[in-house]
Amino acid sequence: MHITQEATERHTLSVTVDNESGILARIAGLFSARGYNIDSLTVADVTEDEKISRITIVTTGTPEVIEQVVAQLDRLVPVHKVTDLSVLGPHVERELALVKVVGTGDHRIEALRLAEVYRARVVDSTISSFIFEVTGGSDKIDKFLELMREVGLVEVARTGVAAIVRGKEAL
Amino acid sequence: MTAEISGADILIQALNDLGVEVVFGYPGGAVLPIYDAIFKQKRIRHILVRHEAGAVHAAEGYARSTGKPGVVLVTSGPGATNAVTGIADALMDSIPLVILTGQVGTPLIGTDAFQECDTVGITRHCTKHNYLVKDPAKLGDVIHEAFHIATSGRPGPVVVDLPKNVQVATATYRKPTIQALPHKGYKPQVKAETALIEAAVEMIAAAERPILYTGGGIINSGPIASQLLRDLARITGAPVTSTLMGLGAFPASDPQWLGMLGMHGTYEANMAMNQADLIVCLGARFDDRVTGRLDAFAPHSKKIHIDIDRSSINKTVRVDLGIVGDVGRAIEDMIKLWKARQHRPQDMKPWFERIVEWRARQSLRYPASTKEIMPQLAIRKLWEATHAKKPIITTEVGQHQMWAAQHFDFDAPNKWLTSGGLGTMGYGLPAAIGAQLGNPKALVIDIAGEASIQMNIQELGTATQYRLPVKVFILNNEYMGMVRQWQDLTYAGRYSESYSDALPDFVKLAEAYGWKGICIENPADLEAGIAAMLAHDGPVMVDCKVAKLANCFPMIPSGAAHTDMILEPDEVVGEMDDEAKALV
Repeated sequence: MHITQEATERHTLSVTVDNESGILARIAGLFSARGYNIDSLTVADVTEDEKISRITIVTTGTPEVIEQVVAQLDRLVPVHKVTDLSVLGPHVERELALVKVVGTGDHRIEALRLAEVYRARVVDSTISSFIFEVTGGSDKIDKFLELMREVGLVEVARTGVAAIVRGKEAL
Repeated sequence: MTAEISGADILIQALNDLGVEVVFGYPGGAVLPIYDAIFKQKRIRHILVRHEAGAVHAAEGYARSTGKPGVVLVTSGPGATNAVTGIADALMDSIPLVILTGQVGTPLIGTDAFQECDTVGITRHCTKHNYLVKDPAKLGDVIHEAFHIATSGRPGPVVVDLPKNVQVATATYRKPTIQALPHKGYKPQVKAETALIEAAVEMIAAAERPILYTGGGIINSGPIASQLLRDLARITGAPVTSTLMGLGAFPASDPQWLGMLGMHGTYEANMAMNQADLIVCLGARFDDRVTGRLDAFAPHSKKIHIDIDRSSINKTVRVDLGIVGDVGRAIEDMIKLWKARQHRPQDMKPWFERIVEWRARQSLRYPASTKEIMPQLAIRKLWEATHAKKPIITTEVGQHQMWAAQHFDFDAPNKWLTSGGLGTMGYGLPAAIGAQLGNPKALVIDIAGEASIQMNIQELGTATQYRLPVKVFILNNEYMGMVRQWQDLTYAGRYSESYSDALPDFVKLAEAYGWKGICIENPADLEAGIAAMLAHDGPVMVDCKVAKLANCFPMIPSGAAHTDMILEPDEVVGEMDDEAKALV
């Protein structure tokens, strides 16, 4: 017998939760236990007094799976609200990456030129290496890394996506 | 200024404030402060089980038969891990439990200390919610919230892990208000949206072949929901079927009752589901044992689904109208609206004429025998001898469970306690003990198989210790019967490891624990054996030796549609393709 795969789509979810120990394990565990995909997951405290954290999750799945992901997340006791930004409307997504590139001569010059095109900042430099800081949508970062691979990319650290809805409305 | 008391005393006081009367548990090093606090008071009764799994199933039996939350107390490490099966069982069947687990002191957490395990981590996916309490000042609020979460919305088990030093340290305790509880975001949606209720009522009024597909959610919603279901059936004229978990919510003696649906459901229930033009799913969840092959499930019907758990709607079956809310309240709203709009149902006569034709197949019939005890007959005789006493029936898991569901008719909710979701062998005996404690005057019978009963047989001692007159009625066919039945159907009768050799002498075993033991071997002795069981006012174990190779029919083979039911035993032996095997 064959196991078939269905067509999937990418969704960005914003989840507000009580900021307590174990909440990240609860959410990550929900994805693994039910076989959902996590493409990216970021979390940080976003309030001063109420102790609420905001988690941004990028996931892929069939529309049915995405509906279940939202419902299952919403069911967790410490979860306040789950918003599917991908259906809510236009939103801004940003990711940060630190990119280490090693090279000399023309490679070095090319790396700097590419960084300028992508508005990547040099945050560390030695005679044979750079660390660039680059922010943007995941696609932009993917593209930047693809180009840097040609000129000497050796290491990458990415934050995962933070996302927020455009306009004056707040979640 | 309120005086400071120990964490253990805070726990006891909170349990008192919450009206807890019984705790099922087993002591150990990490919960000794709590056991000492229990010793020093008289209001909460502690029931000493023989294994932590027994404690959780007993609490489940108590909760399901009384409608109150069940409470469990176990020690750290192995105490907690032994409880995990029961906790998972309670989650699957939506049973309100609070499980208090001991934990090593907070300075030792994470050091691989003696009897340490990550209870919160282990139970994260088999609880509705869980806690590790590190501050005795927060313990009271957490206990109150644990009960609130366990009992509200879709009920479920909640674990509270209690480090030993938190039990010893002191703090003040004040009974909290709901608003003061830690998780302010937790607000289950109880009342369904009016517009959706209106839409549901219009769909029912327009349906020519409606069916009410009911589940355990009706029973969880409380006895009023069962009454309201009867009213809804009456005014709409729709036939009613139920999942395994929903048995008793609608009386089996009612002419609108179709019997259970699904894998071992009746022909008429499954055919009516298949041919309905409207399925109204009330507190059930389209389980794979109910739907069979999904692409052939009720192909001509529109579907309404009312469930308190939003994630159950559209989980496996897409519905036309999903309604989130307490099913009892939703039915109440539907009835009010139906009456206000002076609806009359469509003419149900043609629909019931078809149902009568399906009923004529008599799908629950079984071959008669004068030599062997047919297990179905044993259940039927048990029902005849006991139904006037309105017994509480628990079961283990397997063929006997399905025969009990098919042949023991229930007319009231909270009388049928079985492990539906997880299918836990070993559930029935401790669940019967819990039910008996919650209902001291009731007749409580565990219908068991000889394999299942051995999973938690040590709990015979618990019943003896507390003088609980529970009855265990074993249908003994020397096989793990349901395993063997599937091997018949799926693996051409290759009985790999499904025969139990070296069975104990159950009569002697019963006697060793201080029980009465009865053995029934001939059909002619069946009634007398049951009568002797009922006549004894203490616990009794009956070893009823039934036909060894009897199988449970009707049956929808895995991967098949409702219309492909097996009704006759001679349709059985065969081999399935890989796809069907994977669906078993």
